[in-house]
Amino acid sequence: MVYKERLNGRKFDETRKIEAKVGIIPRADGSAMFSIGNTVAYAAVYGPRNLHPKFLQDPSKGILRCNYNMMPFSSFGERVRPGGSRRSKEISLVTEKALLPVLDLNEYPNSVVDVFIEFPQTEAGSRCAGISAAAMALADAGLVMKDLIAAVSVGKVDDKLVVDLDYSEESYEDGPVADIPVAMMPNHDKITLLQMDGLISRDELKKVIEMAKKVCKEIYTIQNKALKEKYTNGAKTLGEKHV
Amino acid sequence: MYKELRSHIIKLFGSDTRLDGRRFTDFREIKLETGVTNSAEGSARVSIGNTDIIVGIKAEVKEPFPDTQDEGGIMVGAELLPLSSPDFELGPPGLEAIEIARVVDRGIRESKSLDFKKLCIKEGEKVWMIIIDICTINHGGNLIDASALAAVAALKDMRFPKYEDDKIDYKEKTNKKLELKDFPITVTAIKIGDKIILDPDLDEEKVIDARLTVASLSDGTLCALQKGGDHPLSLEDIDKMTQLAVEKAKELRKLIK
Amino acid sequence: MGKINVNDKEIVVPGELLAIGMDNFPGNGTYREGENIVASRLGLVQIDGRTIKLIPLSGRYIPKKYDIIICEVTDVTVNGWRLETNSPYQAMLSMKEATSEFIERGADLTQFYDLGEHIVCKIVNVTSQKLVDVTMKGPGLRKLKGGRIIGVASNKVPRIIGKQGSMVSMIKDTTGCNLTVGQNGLVYIDGPLEGELLAIMAIRKIEEESHLSGLTDKIKGFLEKNAKVKSVQKHETKPKEISKPQQEGL
Repeated sequence: MVYKERLNGRKFDETRKIEAKVGIIPRADGSAMFSIGNTVAYAAVYGPRNLHPKFLQDPSKGILRCNYNMMPFSSFGERVRPGGSRRSKEISLVTEKALLPVLDLNEYPNSVVDVFIEFPQTEAGSRCAGISAAAMALADAGLVMKDLIAAVSVGKVDDKLVVDLDYSEESYEDGPVADIPVAMMPNHDKITLLQMDGLISRDELKKVIEMAKKVCKEIYTIQNKALKEKYTNGAKTLGEKHV
Repeated sequence: MYKELRSHIIKLFGSDTRLDGRRFTDFREIKLETGVTNSAEGSARVSIGNTDIIVGIKAEVKEPFPDTQDEGGIMVGAELLPLSSPDFELGPPGLEAIEIARVVDRGIRESKSLDFKKLCIKEGEKVWMIIIDICTINHGGNLIDASALAAVAALKDMRFPKYEDDKIDYKEKTNKKLELKDFPITVTAIKIGDKIILDPDLDEEKVIDARLTVASLSDGTLCALQKGGDHPLSLEDIDKMTQLAVEKAKELRKLIK
Repeated sequence: MGKINVNDKEIVVPGELLAIGMDNFPGNGTYREGENIVASRLGLVQIDGRTIKLIPLSGRYIPKKYDIIICEVTDVTVNGWRLETNSPYQAMLSMKEATSEFIERGADLTQFYDLGEHIVCKIVNVTSQKLVDVTMKGPGLRKLKGGRIIGVASNKVPRIIGKQGSMVSMIKDTTGCNLTVGQNGLVYIDGPLEGELLAIMAIRKIEEESHLSGLTDKIKGFLEKNAKVKSVQKHETKPKEISKPQQEGL
């Protein structure tokens, strides 16, 4: 079988529509919304702040804690039971590993930077959207960061390498599928998240990561613009219509 | 908390105003939007001042409860998400979240706005469960009123998914909506010192003596009550609070189309 | 000859390339990578000769020696008080530093500063582990009474105070309020209600527009206009968005 045209009509290297907005949660130290297609991620950062219980504290530097969570009504199918799952815990972990390399927490011994990522609506590519939102929120919170982090899912559907798989492609049944979430430091070409479900050759992996690199640089431009927009016209904090 | 906050608030009450210049029964600016998330069967987002809440509704088909074989039902859950306030922690819903969920539930259930019998698909076997989930996005005070308002707006927004051959197809929404005979509007009245105010902001919430949450129908009939706070209320207090709440509810009702 | 890629007062984000060339110098908020100078936070560019630094636009307060801050007493111990500083770190006020009077051993320390009370104090030491010691001995350091306390972004404090206190004095004069601004982002306000509300509005405006030019004149104009208007309107109007707190630490 051959995947001539994408089920969603996009070009092979085209993502769904992306929107980003910074400063949507006034109580948080930093916050942002990042949406790609039907997947909408909210991220809020609280910190550096006091860390309890004491045994979690690191006297040499602050620690980063990430939590990924889907709101119960966020799935286009059945309701998601609140309280997280093994899947969401794993995603929380890889999200933390994806963001940590750009942060310098040496100035904040014994404290914690908490990142909360929530989804009012998700349809494929959520962990990457969450990471892209979280990076903006961390910058908004005034943390020292070498670079932002941009993330996107790439992969293979049947015989074609594609960017930003949506639900129809993830569940494609007429051929093999590889789903590869990638997060990068867009100005340094360094990868901080790499996972894969599916089958792919080493050569194809190299090619598809190059595609991810290109998309991550585009995402960086969008993140950049969203951060600047918050401060250019005076910091209007509460988000408007958008979910 | 600033220890002097309470005396400052009470001092301002003496001049008939509140910390932010509002009158006693003024609500902050309210924004309401429905259909905010496409994944839910019904949804709404309400902001009162800085407080921002999203409510989403999912419909499920379940076996009815043994004592109501021909009725479907509702279930209300609330989560005080840690992203909405530095004071909320990760973990299962605590007492505050549970109270909000149960108070919102009581308002809807007791208002009899929903005929649960109409949610029956096949008696004794299959009924619709309407699950209402409240998620806080930013905590700026008065979560209960915002949550209740969003819940009702979400119910009005809801459309049933396609149900065929014993399976729900969530991707296809029908045009069938919930029949709501009426709907409750919830207003919480707060007592600080000897004054009663509505729509407390974060600072006022820190110094309340007592509160009374009042859900009422369009003709002013009360359908749910919940007293909170550490201090007692007199009969006069309760009378005044229910009066103010019902009056304000008439205004808020206009927001729901 | 190196190249500077950004303009003064431009907003930049982490990872953004600010300048190229070894003859440009990385100031605060930037770092050098090979030949490049790169932004290491969200900030406002300030070009000083060949040094490029960033003024932070946000960020929680981190205690610094000599800062004057507003703290809340959260614990009374045997020999002092533990204080909440609106930062990740608590501060200690020892008996010795509490007052110029002599405090006897075993005295009831709550007589001096009690739980929940707020004090204006000065940081005398911050260790590498961010253990903070403060003193109450000094001009202007005192316990706060009455009024209210709001939270502001700590990096906006210099703008709220202004050059040699010019901005905060202007607000005090126009609104008739007592104002004390802590370096840690807490601001004490006490005065007639309308004055307090106007002062808060002015402070929020400074927070939002501090990085835009002509701030002093804007605030001056804003205060003068509203001081007149306010005396005409009683409480018929609902003031819009008075409190948009970024840090409600209370």
